[in-house]
Amino acid sequence: MAPVSDKTNNGLIGILPVLLAAALFAFFAAQIPAIAAGEVLRWSMPWFPSQGIELAFLLDGLSLTFALLISGIGTLVLLYSDSYLAGHPQYARFALFLTSFLLAMLGLVLADDLILLFVFWELTTLTSYLLIGFSHEAEKSRRNALQALFVTGAGGLAFLAGLILMGFAAGSTSISEIIAADELRDHAAYTGILVLVFAGALTKSAQVPVHFWLPNAMAAPTPVSAFLHSATMVKAGIYLLARMHPALSGTPGWIWTLTILGAATAVFASLQSLRQTDLKQALAYTTLMALGTLTLLLGQDSGYAMTAFATFLIVHSLYKAALFLVVGNIDAATGTREVAQLGGLGRSMTLTAGAAALAALSMAGAPPFLGFIGKELKYAGALAADAPVLVAGALVLANALMFAVAGVVALRPFWLGSAADLPRAPKERSWRMLAGPVVLGVAGTLFGIFPGPLQQALVTPTVAALTGDAANAAELTLWHGVNLPLLLSLATFALGLALYAGHRPLRAGLAHTLGMLPDLDRGWDRFLDGLKGFAEWQAARIQSGKLSFYLAATFGTVAGALLVTMLARGLPLPAFTLDGFSWAPAAVAALMLAGGVLVLLTRSRITAIAGLGTSGIAISLVFLIYGAPDVAITQLLVETLVVVLVAVALLKLPRLPAPRFRPGAAVISVAVGASVSLMLLSVLGQPLDLSLTSYFEAASYPDAHGRNIVNVILVDFRAIDTFGEIAVVAIAALSALALLRGTKGRTR
Amino acid sequence: MEPFFAIAVGGLAAAAVYLMLSGELLRYIFGLVLLSNAANLAIFVSGRLTPGAPPLIPEGAYAPAGTVANALPQALVLTAIVIGFGLFAFALVLTFRAWTTLGTLEGDDMRVAEPKVTK
Repeated sequence: MAPVSDKTNNGLIGILPVLLAAALFAFFAAQIPAIAAGEVLRWSMPWFPSQGIELAFLLDGLSLTFALLISGIGTLVLLYSDSYLAGHPQYARFALFLTSFLLAMLGLVLADDLILLFVFWELTTLTSYLLIGFSHEAEKSRRNALQALFVTGAGGLAFLAGLILMGFAAGSTSISEIIAADELRDHAAYTGILVLVFAGALTKSAQVPVHFWLPNAMAAPTPVSAFLHSATMVKAGIYLLARMHPALSGTPGWIWTLTILGAATAVFASLQSLRQTDLKQALAYTTLMALGTLTLLLGQDSGYAMTAFATFLIVHSLYKAALFLVVGNIDAATGTREVAQLGGLGRSMTLTAGAAALAALSMAGAPPFLGFIGKELKYAGALAADAPVLVAGALVLANALMFAVAGVVALRPFWLGSAADLPRAPKERSWRMLAGPVVLGVAGTLFGIFPGPLQQALVTPTVAALTGDAANAAELTLWHGVNLPLLLSLATFALGLALYAGHRPLRAGLAHTLGMLPDLDRGWDRFLDGLKGFAEWQAARIQSGKLSFYLAATFGTVAGALLVTMLARGLPLPAFTLDGFSWAPAAVAALMLAGGVLVLLTRSRITAIAGLGTSGIAISLVFLIYGAPDVAITQLLVETLVVVLVAVALLKLPRLPAPRFRPGAAVISVAVGASVSLMLLSVLGQPLDLSLTSYFEAASYPDAHGRNIVNVILVDFRAIDTFGEIAVVAIAALSALALLRGTKGRTR
Repeated sequence: MEPFFAIAVGGLAAAAVYLMLSGELLRYIFGLVLLSNAANLAIFVSGRLTPGAPPLIPEGAYAPAGTVANALPQALVLTAIVIGFGLFAFALVLTFRAWTTLGTLEGDDMRVAEPKVTK
């Protein structure tokens, strides 16, 4: 994406976020001495006291390292964006998204409560969705943003379940307490926690086989890619694994899952990276490689592996952010990112070329850069691993490929070929777009030559946070003497040179071989189409638009719910005796049923009314027999009114169609009837609680001065209910009146 | 006697549901009347049946003499009957209005809210 206008920056909106990020960086940098001295800073206030959930933040070596990377690279990226997107009509929105994302990421690495951690975790998912889809006019952009949201969102759901499980297992949601108690490995839920936490971390950090969203996320503007891929987003999963390392690591499940997935991701991604011809895509895959390596290292336990993790984390953030910004510069200057078209830029873009060279050498792992130290430590960590051959082999292969990719990205475009076929004549970019690459590239170099301060300030405290003891940290130095890691390094360079020399023929072969692998990205669209198709099919089934279907479903559900519940719980049926059976009430009940059946069978409307009346009057007889004269009178009155109203309505309504036998309806209605009978029988099987009745009987006269207890209940004890009842009837009458208006004179 | 009525109530409910499922609005209303009757009777029966002793307090006494019918379900059923009647009256008028507006009483032909999807 090229600059949109000839403005060079965005004024206040451009500079404010930079200042905010810089202030945060300064704040965290000021904490370095305390953390380096072994302190752990914690701040908390109650949030949901009843659940023991706190707004708790913790600053130790690990979170400080992340916080500095996030705020530092954030500052440079925001400064860069100010120029890269100068004059963009939606820059304010962009700055808001990027700043929110930065703050969410900071919250994530500082949170010391599982629930708080999850809230920030989801905030990074949402804000990264907005960032990836920033160029929302492009369909590809929207698709890829949605894909990232779905994949990481699904992982997030699993992660939430894992966190809740962890909270229950540990009896606390405070992360530092969980780590201090260190009881999770022996808990019955350990495997469940591990699987769910992995599901969250590995989707977020794009490990094989759910890696596909990350290269697609390149649809975002280049500074966003630089930020998402270097210090943040994808490192959220890594951070989580690192944070949980003290509490969960060391079991075969942890070691083998992370080692195998990490190794597979690292090698697969390096091969993919070499295959790409678009510079940005090539870098995207090297990010995957780095994530694989970090995952692989976190699978281990040794002090070397942890030191390598801490160092490589910083190394990668520095060189990757620099290289993405370099590619952004190339893109903005020339209008292309295709390797085949680029060449000879070194003369016109000296500073960019210099920064690219520093970053690429660090990425290639060449001395005296920090990348070299990182690589040596990785090999030392590999040799201390449970499966040294697998780990070291994967690392050598991945690093050699990295070496070759570094050549492709930083050597060819600047120093080989000519600038003749470019779409635009290249020109060096503004200082805002140079600050990032240059500062990051130089930092990688300085830390390589003088690793002491970095070790003291960040690496050792991080190792202390991971292993509980600062003494576990290995020394960062360029020269360890002639040992196995050095030999592996030399082998890496040799292999890397060979790969670079042959990368063009290799590319074709790789394209062919990797093309044969199943690609989840291609399956993604089919999956979404299938999901939509299923939703349509399901909606058409469930929402058929036919009222009869809705009614059948409702009654079927009622019957099903009642029957299944009663069968599952065992029916407390009373002994079915005919004690107290007498013929008069039985005859009345038979009359009631006969009236109902008459309505069922007839097609004459008058007969139907007669049936209804019969049934209703039989019921009022039941009330009369069993000591409820008031109810009986009301029922009689209502039945009479029903008959009258129906008869009046029938004057205007059409005749009934002949009844047909409907087997489906018959099954449902018999089921409903049976469930009602069974429910009533099991109610009768329970002892009756008469306490309320006794109260009303005792209080009716002394308190309310009435001798008819039913009346007293209605107008005195439960007068509000009766008032509600009157209101219902009044509303029904008003609504009926409203409906009847305007129907006059229209009859068919 | 209660178990006997429990089964009768189920029978009435089954008849009511069958009518309501007919897809024809007038039968639906008949079913509605029968269903509210069945529900009322179910409440009444679950409070147990006591023949011939209404819950009244004789002149001069402070409490009913001896065992009388359970007053609580009676009060509830009284309320329910009246509300059921309100519902019935409203449904009947709605049916009438549907007939004058839509010209049909077949539920499945009433598709103003969810028109048929034509593909």
